[in-house]
Amino acid sequence: MTEPATSRPAGRTVELDERLKAYKGVWVFMEMERGHVHPVSWELIGEARKLADTLGVEVWGVLLATPGEANKAAAQSAFAYGADGVYLMEDAILAEYRTAPYTAGLSYLVDTYKPEILLLGATTLGRDLASAVATTLATGLTADCTKLAIDMDTRSMAATRPTFGGSLLCTIHTLKARPQMATVRPRVMAMPAKQAGRTGRIITTDLGLKEEDIVTKVLDYIPDRDQDQAQLAFADFIVAGGRGLGKPENFRLVNDLASVLGAEVGGTRPLVQAGWIGAERQIGQTGKTIRPKLYIAAGISGAIQHRVGVEGADCIVAINSDPNAPIFDFAHFGLVGDATKILPALTEAFRHRLATGNAI
Amino acid sequence: MHVVVCIKQVPDSAQIRVHPVTNTIMRQGVPTIINPFDLFSLEEALRLKDQFGAKVTVLTMGPKMADQALRKALTFGADEAILLTDRAFAGSDTLATSLAISSAIAKIGEKEPIDIVFCGKQTIDGDTAQVGPGIATRLGLQQLTYVSKIVSIDRDAKEIVVHRRAEGGVQVLKTSLPCLITMLEDTNHIRFGTMADAFRAARYQITEWSATDAGVPDIGQCGLRGSPTVVKKVFAPSARTDKAVPITGETPKAISDSLVETVFSAHPGLQEDLQTQVAAISQGASS
Ligand SMILES: Cc1cc2nc3c(=O)[nH]c(=O)nc-3n(C[C@H](O)[C@H](O)[C@H](O)COP(=O)(O)OP(=O)(O)OC[C@H]3O[C@@H](n4cnc5c(N)ncnc54)[C@H](O)[C@@H]3O)c2cc1C
Ligand SMILES: Nc1ncnc2c1ncn2[C@@H]1O[C@H](COP(=O)(O)O)[C@@H](O)[C@H]1O
Repeated sequence: MTEPATSRPAGRTVELDERLKAYKGVWVFMEMERGHVHPVSWELIGEARKLADTLGVEVWGVLLATPGEANKAAAQSAFAYGADGVYLMEDAILAEYRTAPYTAGLSYLVDTYKPEILLLGATTLGRDLASAVATTLATGLTADCTKLAIDMDTRSMAATRPTFGGSLLCTIHTLKARPQMATVRPRVMAMPAKQAGRTGRIITTDLGLKEEDIVTKVLDYIPDRDQDQAQLAFADFIVAGGRGLGKPENFRLVNDLASVLGAEVGGTRPLVQAGWIGAERQIGQTGKTIRPKLYIAAGISGAIQHRVGVEGADCIVAINSDPNAPIFDFAHFGLVGDATKILPALTEAFRHRLATGNAI
Repeated sequence: MHVVVCIKQVPDSAQIRVHPVTNTIMRQGVPTIINPFDLFSLEEALRLKDQFGAKVTVLTMGPKMADQALRKALTFGADEAILLTDRAFAGSDTLATSLAISSAIAKIGEKEPIDIVFCGKQTIDGDTAQVGPGIATRLGLQQLTYVSKIVSIDRDAKEIVVHRRAEGGVQVLKTSLPCLITMLEDTNHIRFGTMADAFRAARYQITEWSATDAGVPDIGQCGLRGSPTVVKKVFAPSARTDKAVPITGETPKAISDSLVETVFSAHPGLQEDLQTQVAAISQGASS
């Protein structure tokens, strides 16, 4: 968007165009690579379920993949997480992600079965595909949403996202086009509980393209040796440090506590910029979004760009020498004091408690 | 070889302040910069100039003052600069923006065919990463996003091989030119321009195009009117009503013991979860 912060006059017509009324149901693009569905797809099915229940419609997953047994299993999982059905498009061309065939396949499905909402994960794949599909369908797409809701007056999706570097939030609607599209980053929405025995329908379709039609070829795929990236986003326990640690050597105190807890370590952007930690360890709006059970932040001020990445944590503990630090506005427990003194004591306290199971 | 780099002038977001009462962006006095992500693409384009003698055209859509961003790009070594500016573009969302820019690119290509269009990975104000793929889709260009490296270009076969960042790994992709590339951040470092470039930039007459000049097919699809998304509300994130529970004590040890106690009683399953985790890790380490 060029000007997300200027409010625009909302469309006056509350009634949807007749043509658009044909669009029904909430879809989730199921991101499958090398036989695995990205967990963000399940998170989105959980979210789609809530939207669909408000609207009184169904949730469908959309799976584009190379033919194989994994697809049926993925569909079963989608049902367990809350989908009513799965559109399955199988073709060997879809083995590796490429923009053109995926865009053609997904756009065809939307044109044929007409969902009112289409959600995708804001991964490299999801963002690449969502923009191409939205442009093909000439519809609205809202990136990196942090909250989705339904406005029943307009029967439209209210998609909220950070804007201007996260200093503000804005709520965006797509009123005159369908489907309403949005991407959501991994871990922003909670993982829904699996309901065993839940079933659904599968509708299979063909892509109808030949390999010769696809200009871009995948020559190779080189998996990352360092799997850190995924680990931080999905870790249950995370200890992070900020500039309040004072000097790079003090980051060791974060590592010490993390190793006692079996936790992953992370940090704020200034630490990445100063080279204390690698970029894959940055937590926040331009880093990883996390959803741990326990998050301990030491010497972190709690700027909004950091906050949006950690708010999903079940329990946030903040250590900061400034009692007025913004992090105390959203942490659950606050320790006012020098992190370089408290961290070693905290490491000891946790070590003792976890080893003995008793309070000291 | 001819490459076009799309750049956007953005407010330096590190210096943005939000008015506490009205919740509007206080732009006054906030310096503008070239969107930092666009510089990785500009540098990559300039490397193609070094390597193949490519001509580098920079293009931006924005208000008149966006010519500063173009002039800056010229000082780095870009050859030509075009400013796409028209009242009709005001309030464009990404769909409308990609229409205007792709029309201009098609126009540029009529005069001198284009081999590669570069965009930034995303902007720091719009922050959507949608405009690049939007342009590629509209122009029917092969789309290569999150490129970490241009491996090779075969000018005779009109083919390019790149590394593209994907989830959990890197795709090695081969496609044909023309194509659209968005470079990943930190893949290169923007050069210092030469003195000659600086002098040329200062004197350069930037071409200004209106929507009509750019050959936009339907003005009704531009700007606010052509934008399917509508911003309904802009607001500041709310503080949680309940502030953090303060954990106090005389010494770091007392504070820490109190915290451990408080956290474990507030989250009954947590202690067991942690013990399981620690056990799993030490087992993994010993096996
Ligand atoms: C577009 C954009 C995107 C951004 N994205 C991110 C992002 O993804 N992630 C991110 O983290 N940031 C991001 N930032 C930066 C963000 O705005 C903040 O600058 C950053 O989070 C601050 O990091 P910090 O808390 O480590 O440092 P500071 O803000 O400097 O805070 C240090 C804190 O430590 C406290 N302190 C000092 N000494 C001690 C001590 N001895 N013991 C305990 N506490 C002490 C201080 O009271 C202070 O609160 C982004 C900024 C922009 C503009
Ligand atoms: N107004 C604009 N003028 C020129 N290029 C733009 C403009 N807006 C976006 N772009 C290009 O599209 C990329 C992605 O922008 P965005 O979708 O806003 O994140 C940017 O990095 C630019 O290369």
